[in-house]
Amino acid sequence: MKKSDKPEEIKEISLESGIKVKPVYGPEDIRDLNYEKDIGQPGEFPFTRGIHPLMYRKRPWTMRQYSGFGTARETNERFKWLLDQGQTALNVAFDLPTQLGLDSDDPFAEEEVGRVGMAIDSLKDLEEAFTGIPIDKISTSLTINPVASVMLAMYLVVAEKQGIPWEDVRGTTQNDILKEYIGRGTWIFPIEPSIKLIGDMVEFCSKNVPKFNPFSVCGYHIRESGATPVQEMAYAFEIAIAYIQEVLNRELNIDDFAGRIAFNFDIHGNLWEQVAKFRAGRRLWAKIIKERFGSQNPRSMTLRMIAGGGGGGLTIQQPENNIVRGAYYALISALSGTQTMALCSYDEAYTIPSKKAALISLRTMQILADEMGLRDTVDPLAGSYYIEWLTGEMEKKIVECMKKVEEMGGMIKAVESGYIQGEVSRQAYIQEKKIQSGETTKIGVNKYVMEEEKADVEIHQFNPEVAEQQKKKLIELKTQRNENEVKDALLGLKKAAQTDENVMPHILKAVKSYATLGEITRVFKEVFGEFKEPIGL
Amino acid sequence: MGEKRIRVLIAKPGLDGHDKGAKVVVHALKEAGMEVLYTGLHKTIDEIVNTALEEDVDVIGLSVYSGAHLPLSKKLMEQLKEKKLTDKLVLVGGNIPQRDVKVLKGYGVTEVFPVGAKLDEIIEFIKRRVGGQNEKI
Repeated sequence: MKKSDKPEEIKEISLESGIKVKPVYGPEDIRDLNYEKDIGQPGEFPFTRGIHPLMYRKRPWTMRQYSGFGTARETNERFKWLLDQGQTALNVAFDLPTQLGLDSDDPFAEEEVGRVGMAIDSLKDLEEAFTGIPIDKISTSLTINPVASVMLAMYLVVAEKQGIPWEDVRGTTQNDILKEYIGRGTWIFPIEPSIKLIGDMVEFCSKNVPKFNPFSVCGYHIRESGATPVQEMAYAFEIAIAYIQEVLNRELNIDDFAGRIAFNFDIHGNLWEQVAKFRAGRRLWAKIIKERFGSQNPRSMTLRMIAGGGGGGLTIQQPENNIVRGAYYALISALSGTQTMALCSYDEAYTIPSKKAALISLRTMQILADEMGLRDTVDPLAGSYYIEWLTGEMEKKIVECMKKVEEMGGMIKAVESGYIQGEVSRQAYIQEKKIQSGETTKIGVNKYVMEEEKADVEIHQFNPEVAEQQKKKLIELKTQRNENEVKDALLGLKKAAQTDENVMPHILKAVKSYATLGEITRVFKEVFGEFKEPIGL
Repeated sequence: MGEKRIRVLIAKPGLDGHDKGAKVVVHALKEAGMEVLYTGLHKTIDEIVNTALEEDVDVIGLSVYSGAHLPLSKKLMEQLKEKKLTDKLVLVGGNIPQRDVKVLKGYGVTEVFPVGAKLDEIIEFIKRRVGGQNEKI
């Protein structure tokens, strides 16, 4: 044996989640693994290998690039173009005022109207955004949280006007408010009434819009805010449990709604760690739903997810490298058995995707699906000594991390106190220091740096005229609608919000009267108040 | 001898909710021995200027990821001038395209630290500029 082959001289490798990796794995590492019990066939409990028996052999993953900017009309054109290019679903980006329930003429909305997504002030705008798009044939993901209930109502009325019954409406409202307090930051109301709104939506959808996912729990943004892959999964599961508990208080059974719980996860960092994260996540989630909540329906136990790429892994330096990173993230996603991919585009470190960047992302997914054999066989990494061992280790770590949250009294308490925010921001700092010191390699940032490059990539340009157009439309709207109808609807909503009554029918009424998003949100603010942010550091 | 600690306000103006960068900088400056206040999200420029005044900070660090850094920084600089707070060091961070750095400096922003800036550089910059001022006193 040469001197350099001695194990103690091999550099130790530790994953972001703190798991140490050996240079070689073998049968002894998975000796205790039982195929039937721990892995199982695809489509069968505990779903480690995937939630469907045939996975992509039957149907490729859904391709759903995040898009939306400026006015509803511009966004409508982009939607149609993406669908023409072979995209199979929509993923709607709203501007920040819309996400925060502010109309475009609100002083606090200034400079943000139409900037990072499209501006929606009333039903009129959403009708325009979906003109000529058959929403019974595609599913739509609405990336909005504290006012998701209003956007769902608007979307349902758009469907109604297109003559599509609610039973056929497919899609998702992101609607995960707990993660907004941890990362991403579009919160408005305090925690308790915000979760009540989510409960109202789940209850309403389970009865009226059975193919709609009323919320999608986002480990994604928690990871983007600095969490490790283990924290990402653990916190997402604890959030989902908090929502489940809210819904179970309403005389619904776990199997009435658990099959419509969706997840949104992040992909960047170590390839193997990500794949193992998803396999471990599927297995653990199935056990939680079956064992803790007593589900009888296998569909309820499946971890259905969107996972594409994490903008957090991209770099502002040498931006074209991000095209390559994106392709690897898509590969990881396909190897992990995702249901839907929304790939981060190479210009994401700067702004929302340009047309060119969005197309490259879409083509990346299409190349994987149609050229590279990623659809040939289910969970091709199963049985690998390393992957199976790592899946087990990740699961153990996720369970440990969840336990800590549960010991604090659950996710709501852990967010209220700022504990989670603190954990995540500390982790972000640790990771940033590792990158800055070179301990964690980031190509173009701390290795193979090119000093001379100063040029920006071509990026999406913000159009400041959108605000003026939206303001004009609002003035017009307010002369055309029946003001008494609006007032009545808003008053009815206010009364309902003050009680335990489900507010969804009242929001629908308000939306139909063309009450604006801002007016509806103001009613909630009056009744619920606003969230006071704990400074979690 | 009882040297005054540098006081920094890290602020998140407007609607943008991306606070990872801001919080990382808060951790770094604290570790470097500075007193750091963090505003939290969704603050107006008025609120930020008032906090800077009340807390008598030496440095204001604005973090913007939504793309609205130009109008927000412009407004901040105007208000600081109005309130005669022109002695404050103003730093802007976030995803700031290279072409906007000059524009920001034209508004009177002292320095820009876009995504990817070294934490050590930020710390050194503040120490050099604020420390230098203290020496004169």
